[in-house]
Amino acid sequence: MILNQFLILAALLFCMGIYGLLVRRNAVMVLLSVELMLAAVNINLVALEAFWQTAEALGQILAVFIITIAAAEVGIGLAIILLIFRNRRSANVDELNLMRW
Amino acid sequence: MPRIDWLAIAPEVVVATALLVVLAVDLFLPRERKYYVAALAVVGTTLAMVPVILMAVSGDSYSMFDGSYVVDDFALVLKGVFLVAGYLVLLISVSYIESDRYYQGEYYLLLLSSLLGSMVLTSARDLVVLFVALELTTGPLFLLAGWRKGDLRSNEASLKFFIIGVLSTGLMLYGMSLLFGLTGELSFEGIREAISSAGIASEPVLGLAVLLILVGFGFKVSAVPFHFWAPDTYQGSPPPVTAYLSVSSKLAGFVAMLAVIYLALPAVTDFWGPALWMMAAVSMTVANLSALRQSHLIRLLAYSSVAQAGFMLVPFAGGAIAPDGLSEGLGATVIYLVIYAVMNLGAFAVVIAGGRRIGSYEIADWRGLGSYSPRQGVMLAVFFLSLAGLPPLAGWFAKFVMFRAVLISTGPAGVWLAVIAAVNAVVAFYYYARVVKSAWFDPAPDEIPEDTETGPTGPLSLAMGLALVVVLVVGVFPGLATFFGDAAAALVP
Repeated sequence: MILNQFLILAALLFCMGIYGLLVRRNAVMVLLSVELMLAAVNINLVALEAFWQTAEALGQILAVFIITIAAAEVGIGLAIILLIFRNRRSANVDELNLMRW
Repeated sequence: MPRIDWLAIAPEVVVATALLVVLAVDLFLPRERKYYVAALAVVGTTLAMVPVILMAVSGDSYSMFDGSYVVDDFALVLKGVFLVAGYLVLLISVSYIESDRYYQGEYYLLLLSSLLGSMVLTSARDLVVLFVALELTTGPLFLLAGWRKGDLRSNEASLKFFIIGVLSTGLMLYGMSLLFGLTGELSFEGIREAISSAGIASEPVLGLAVLLILVGFGFKVSAVPFHFWAPDTYQGSPPPVTAYLSVSSKLAGFVAMLAVIYLALPAVTDFWGPALWMMAAVSMTVANLSALRQSHLIRLLAYSSVAQAGFMLVPFAGGAIAPDGLSEGLGATVIYLVIYAVMNLGAFAVVIAGGRRIGSYEIADWRGLGSYSPRQGVMLAVFFLSLAGLPPLAGWFAKFVMFRAVLISTGPAGVWLAVIAAVNAVVAFYYYARVVKSAWFDPAPDEIPEDTETGPTGPLSLAMGLALVVVLVVGVFPGLATFFGDAAAALVP
């Protein structure tokens, strides 16, 4: 069975997610980067479940929970971003610098 | 159909019911009676204490869903701490939220949701329950941080907290997926057995998984170098939310860390021991040095809470070094958590009460507080000096068990950590004492701030009084805290 290819894909996706989260300036793109990270985790889990073949399908269960909670989290995130956009006409993460040190 | 033990989940059921009642009742109350919702929330948390106490007295432990959800002494102690913290925060919030003209009902709904998540978390014994409970704890907090919708600082606090929160979740989940890949298990017990039977305790990939999970928890407990969100979020959020954040988010992170490290990964000390040693040493030092130059009280408390997280990590590192120091370390951390929760909420209650009167959180504006409001001045001195660890206030005992846990280990690593912690305790004393000095020894301003509070002040005073009693009683009779620590330490297999 092919496992390494999936793990490498997941690792690449995860790194792209972290990279995007650190360098993207638009808050919506930051949110998308987070989704990439979670997608990587899901690929990992499903591939590893196919490898282990556990009796309770543990990996898939965790993946389903992650999908559900990620959806809820995007809801919260978009609500916060909308609020910020409404108050300052921009969803740029760099401009959030009212408080420093 | 899995067997459900209703007594074992009664505390969660009560809080969940209170949450739904709050949601429903809020719809039918006219604007000027919204504070009834607060009363309902307070009643709910008080009632939830009843089954916790009943189970603690009976001394049984309950296990459900193939051991994924366990109610034992460890879980009961921490459920109790979360409930007391939630109760105190509700009392602290009432007058602030009442005067703020925002949506009161939703505030209590979100607060109770987060409380429910933390209570489930204490019973989590597998990675799925742990993950869901941790998200339920922090999700509502993202929204609460942005509570003052029109305030740009509150918006900023919320977004920063959210981005860091989801980043930490992502890292933690990736670590969990690697852990699953190595062991084929998600329950803590299964992971522990798989690691020892397959002999993979020193596998590099396992090290990566453990470090990623620790980084995720490091963000939640705001330990250096994952602390940079804390000062901004604490300053921007409404102060009662900050009080809850500084206790609940940190406790939740520590509970998750305790359960994962002591139940699933006790054999992997080679990886988490040095990592936590570094995290503890750096957290204490960096946070204390940053706190020294803060002039804003809430930012000061934010850095203080980061430093306290460092102190709480010390027993972990001690446990990793000593061969059988695990249960000692667990007990010490739990005692520290219990005492920290109460004294930090007390400190926030005083800061909120004083801030409403003075209208500023700049330390310089608090000068002479003791001369025109002796009651608040005394409270301020008690809680801040307790945070500094001055006997006979409760804080000294937390520090004492922390040092004892790290010094039982033989060898230079434990001694060095104890030395670093001791130096930091002295540095911390300076900035806590600076606030007390400003309140008591500096002359009062020419225009003494009038007490203009119009809302109900009873709940806030009650919260301060309760915290004061606990801080004094535990400080004089530390055996009470030891009892909780010993009960929780039974968790270590």
